[in-house]
Amino acid sequence: MKKYGPILLLVLLIIFPLIVRSHYHQHLMILVLMWVVIGSGWNIIAGYTGQVSFGDAAFFGTGAYTAGLFVTKLGVSAWWGMAFGGIAAMLIAFPFGWICFRLRGAYFALATLALNEVMRHIATIWESLTDGMVGILIIQTFVSKIPYYYIALGLAVISVISIQIIMGSRWGYYFVSIREDQDAAESLGIDTHFYKMISLNVAAFLTGMAGSLFMNYMGFIDPEVVFSLHDISIMAILVGIVGGVGTIYGPVVGAFIMVAVHEFFRTGFFGFFKGVASLTGWDTMNVFAKYVGQAHVLGFGILVVLVILLLPNGIVGDWNKIVGKLFPFKRKGVAA
Amino acid sequence: MSFFEIRNLVKHFGGLAAVNDVTFEVKEGEIFGLIGPNGSGKTTIFNMISNYFSPTSGTIHFKGENITGLKTYKICQLGIGRTFQVVKPLGRMTVEDNVIAGAFARAKTKHHARGLAAETMEFCGLAHRKHVLAKSLPIGERKRLEITRAMATRPQLLLLDETAAGLNPSELDAAIDLIKKIRDNGTTIIIVEHIMKVIMTISDRIHAINFGSTIAAGTPREVANDKAVIEAYLGEEYAQSQRN
Repeated sequence: MKKYGPILLLVLLIIFPLIVRSHYHQHLMILVLMWVVIGSGWNIIAGYTGQVSFGDAAFFGTGAYTAGLFVTKLGVSAWWGMAFGGIAAMLIAFPFGWICFRLRGAYFALATLALNEVMRHIATIWESLTDGMVGILIIQTFVSKIPYYYIALGLAVISVISIQIIMGSRWGYYFVSIREDQDAAESLGIDTHFYKMISLNVAAFLTGMAGSLFMNYMGFIDPEVVFSLHDISIMAILVGIVGGVGTIYGPVVGAFIMVAVHEFFRTGFFGFFKGVASLTGWDTMNVFAKYVGQAHVLGFGILVVLVILLLPNGIVGDWNKIVGKLFPFKRKGVAA
Repeated sequence: MSFFEIRNLVKHFGGLAAVNDVTFEVKEGEIFGLIGPNGSGKTTIFNMISNYFSPTSGTIHFKGENITGLKTYKICQLGIGRTFQVVKPLGRMTVEDNVIAGAFARAKTKHHARGLAAETMEFCGLAHRKHVLAKSLPIGERKRLEITRAMATRPQLLLLDETAAGLNPSELDAAIDLIKKIRDNGTTIIIVEHIMKVIMTISDRIHAINFGSTIAAGTPREVANDKAVIEAYLGEEYAQSQRN
């Protein structure tokens, strides 16, 4: 099961849009795949290298704006942004990491939070370039969702495979060594600053690509959306934590769950409150539905507390524990 | 040209001179003991050699090259390995992965690194524990892992910081055997140690410091009988009562 699981999942994902015709569900799946890419990026810098990032939106937004600006300023296709979005995010990551990797632990995390806010303000204030709060509107290339779906799937597969390759190589060993003990890593001849830079740049590249995809797919961005602290940066952390920090398939599982949870709140428990309102005629239920939709961050918070308490290693990391709880009789065969 | 040498090393922490004008020389192939009471500056010297902090003044030379102020990882790559007094296992990695991380300092490919790591674990007697997570090892094996990991970087000079502290008598004998074996294999060793049984049996020469300054140097026998050393370890009164 463990060996064929990923292949089975890939096959299911490939045939998904051919079976499920609903645009709404296709849209959700595109978001899931986009979050697999972002989550994988977060996982490599925070999960494997141990440098927790609260500012993934800085890279995501940079990628998205790069794609948008290719259209509005250069007049070429936004798909060029797919190639350059990741590189643009690395151009932000490089000087940031160079300076801020002198900081350790929580201080580095705070610096990434600051980067997030700085980038958001730049995108808001630099109106001659970005049109500020007005945002960027482009015309999407495809009407159908299916091309976007396969592009997102391709990106997700590439990011999962590349992380698998990286983690099996010298880089992977060095990243985890840095996470476990930076001083010990230095004593083993590891240039910790250099390898943290590599890790951050890989993360930025993947996140920037996801940002460009978002621009191409949604057709509209503004600073509040793509540089959003809670909808992008915190969401990226949740995808990583819920799925399993420092596991290859953690972000994949985390992306499915977090997009579902996000949607669950956004739609007011999948239209439950609206349904009640129309059945009973209580107007307060409509108001309630609206508040629930806006309270998704609160829901995220509760989810994080539950995951940290019950499954500190995430769903993938604690998989054996979950199986043991659900099927206690299975445990007898596997001692130790 | 000497193999390894520190000259007039000084380290001030604020107003405190942790190390005050220490000079010594290590010959290739010997075990050089560094002793002194708690807080006398032994670990500080190690931390200056591997440049976790730089000396206030003085220089460090390795194979004729001035290595003072080189980055920590560079010093490892040049061929100086070290262990830590407070062990620093890479906890959520297996023993094997810990050693492979070290072996990558010399290996080009992963295959080569695996080979080096297997060889080193065999040599240091940790091969039977290679699939265990480092954080679940008992203290004796953690200390051994420190040595194994440092050896995987193929050092020419190995700095051992109290590797025998906290070991039981049989582990102690095993540690002494391992250290001798490492030396016989061609690695020069500087060892900081409190346990006299270890330091007196394996050192070729000993350098004693107290309050950051040299108080004695010579063979183990000479140092053990040195008045200043007895005074530093057992107090002035004891030293005087011995004289009378």
